[in-house]
Amino acid sequence: MTTNVHRKNGGNKRNGGAADPNPVAKDAVTVVDPRLLVRQEGFKGYLTEFSRKMRSGDLGAVPVIVGIAIIWAVFQWKDSAFLSPKNLSDLSVLIGGTGMISVGIVFVLLLGEIDLSVGSVSGLAAATLAVLNVNHGVPEGIAVAAALGAGAALGAIHGFFFAKIGVPAFVVTLAGLLAWNGLMLQVLGTTGTIGIDDDSFVRTLTDHYFTDLAAAYGAATVAVVGFFLAQFADTRRRKAAGVPSRPLSEIVVRTVVIAAIVFTAAWRLNEYKGLPLGLVIFVVVLVVLDFVVRRTAYGRKVIALGGSVEAARRAGINVAAIRVSVFALAGLMAACGGLMIASRVGSASQQAGTGNLLMEAIAAAVIGGTSLFGGRGSVWSAMLGMLVIGSISSGMSLLGVANSVQYMITGGVLLAAVVIDSVSRRTQRSAGRG
Amino acid sequence: MAIVPNEPVLALRGISKRFGAVQALSDIHLEVHAGEVVALVGDNGAGKSTLVKTIAGVGPADEGVLAWQGRPVQISRPHDAQELGIATVYQDLALCDNIDVVGNLFLGREILRGGVLDEVEMERRARELLQTLSIRIPSVRIPIASLSGGQRQTVAIARSMLGEPKLVILDEPTAALGVEQTAQVLDLVERLRERGLAVILISHNMADVKAVADRVAVLRLGRNNGTFEVRSTSQEEIISAITGATDNAVTRRKARSGEVAK
Repeated sequence: MTTNVHRKNGGNKRNGGAADPNPVAKDAVTVVDPRLLVRQEGFKGYLTEFSRKMRSGDLGAVPVIVGIAIIWAVFQWKDSAFLSPKNLSDLSVLIGGTGMISVGIVFVLLLGEIDLSVGSVSGLAAATLAVLNVNHGVPEGIAVAAALGAGAALGAIHGFFFAKIGVPAFVVTLAGLLAWNGLMLQVLGTTGTIGIDDDSFVRTLTDHYFTDLAAAYGAATVAVVGFFLAQFADTRRRKAAGVPSRPLSEIVVRTVVIAAIVFTAAWRLNEYKGLPLGLVIFVVVLVVLDFVVRRTAYGRKVIALGGSVEAARRAGINVAAIRVSVFALAGLMAACGGLMIASRVGSASQQAGTGNLLMEAIAAAVIGGTSLFGGRGSVWSAMLGMLVIGSISSGMSLLGVANSVQYMITGGVLLAAVVIDSVSRRTQRSAGRG
Repeated sequence: MAIVPNEPVLALRGISKRFGAVQALSDIHLEVHAGEVVALVGDNGAGKSTLVKTIAGVGPADEGVLAWQGRPVQISRPHDAQELGIATVYQDLALCDNIDVVGNLFLGREILRGGVLDEVEMERRARELLQTLSIRIPSVRIPIASLSGGQRQTVAIARSMLGEPKLVILDEPTAALGVEQTAQVLDLVERLRERGLAVILISHNMADVKAVADRVAVLRLGRNNGTFEVRSTSQEEIISAITGATDNAVTRRKARSGEVAK
């Protein structure tokens, strides 16, 4: 049977010619157990499959999208400035920095681990950049590379102690939280706050807007057409290979939904200053890393580790290497986020990377639908979660609500997200999904 | 019935393994030839699983030689065993619950197309493989968590087939299965032998052993306790080798009840 399956792959060197056709193949009439609810072809099948997924606790991004809709509706009702082009544009830039950090957290959560050091690493990266570039006159490109490299290296150190020495990730990164914050203070020295030049590259990351109306609409068109073509090509290949494929109607519905969101966003952004560079960077990072998780062997290994470490190890996956690389990626993304935040604030300060930055980054990933229990989640949850957190804080400031209340409400939302995660996990268990 | 060339596919010589103060394996010898099913039997704690782990590279042996097709080899990682052509199906299945059937079948040996996972090709081959093995699965795109125990076992065995191994190790493959699924797995074992694969079958079930094995290697307290030709050996002899005496709980119980062995 093995030979049968693999012959089309050019055979196998070790297979010493035991290739006779398998008689069983002819007897196998059905592969499908007759008791099973098999998804029907066509659009109706898509709807029934969707409702079955919902009922069995496979909620995906639905709770957070509903949450964002409610939050936006409430704030808009309280203050009509909330959905104004300026506020939405500011929000899209605001979520970029913490969102980048949160993307790294998503990877760590997929492993079923936690990284508490990302806040301090982001602050240290900003300090590194400012000290090298502003104080020592190092060219900006080199300073940025050094800051990002430092982030990745620190992450790799956490990964090493976790994967090779066996120290729990929680403790390693807690040590990192303290140590790298101390190192940042050391690097900043007596100067305290170092301002970043307004015309520097780092500054443009968040204060540059593509003012041309065509930029936002062009980007939206590229995204929608790209999405449609990718789905369409996949369906055609599936049909050609004789495996189940998405019906065209489903692809059209998905494309229309995405087009509606993207073009509305482009329209609102153009009403203000145009397409923000910060948003473009964040979305490109999301698209690339989402592709890495879902479509590459590396991403598959990360998810396998989140499901069962022992199974992954026995499948020949280099567990330690994957773990170190994921923590290095978390460090790199933390450094990226640190630079974005420094860019928005306009300086590297002793307060950078402290406060509730770490909590927001972790909360965003969880609110967005990435499971704390490992193995389930999406890179996009970093953006969805940050939209929730960012919307709450921006709406509260509009309404003039104190920070104290904001924190309590964000805490409540985080609790709600974790409850949804735990309950959906239990429902999935009982429905055999998870 | 078995074609037995002179050179064994795998030969273990003097394998020993310690865990702290416990000598789990001492001086184990075992040979498996192509086209031969060797049953590895022994009571709980006899060292069967430990021995399998040394072969699969999960827990390498402290001493002794593993010879693969006559050539001494080092198997220190699961990857080494895979490279040689040793596939192991574990008792605890070793599947990832959160990944779908296709993903699990190809875990660690994903098919790539331009550096990207080729989901279409993997799904096509997965369906082909399951069909050839007459395995019934709801859909190849549902997570392993939704499958029954028997379905998981068949997926695990199918998974081992993908690497085109020369030696397949099955650790209690029928322990959790129903009547029909057990028969299917035993059929599958016979098909492996017909294809010229070497099979090591770990089992507690004497009926299974008698049904498919050519030889039986008995382990007792981490040592070899005899190797028997299945055709010329009675079940009592095997059981006495497992328990270490002709007079034991099993024979006494039989004498009392006057039953024939199951």
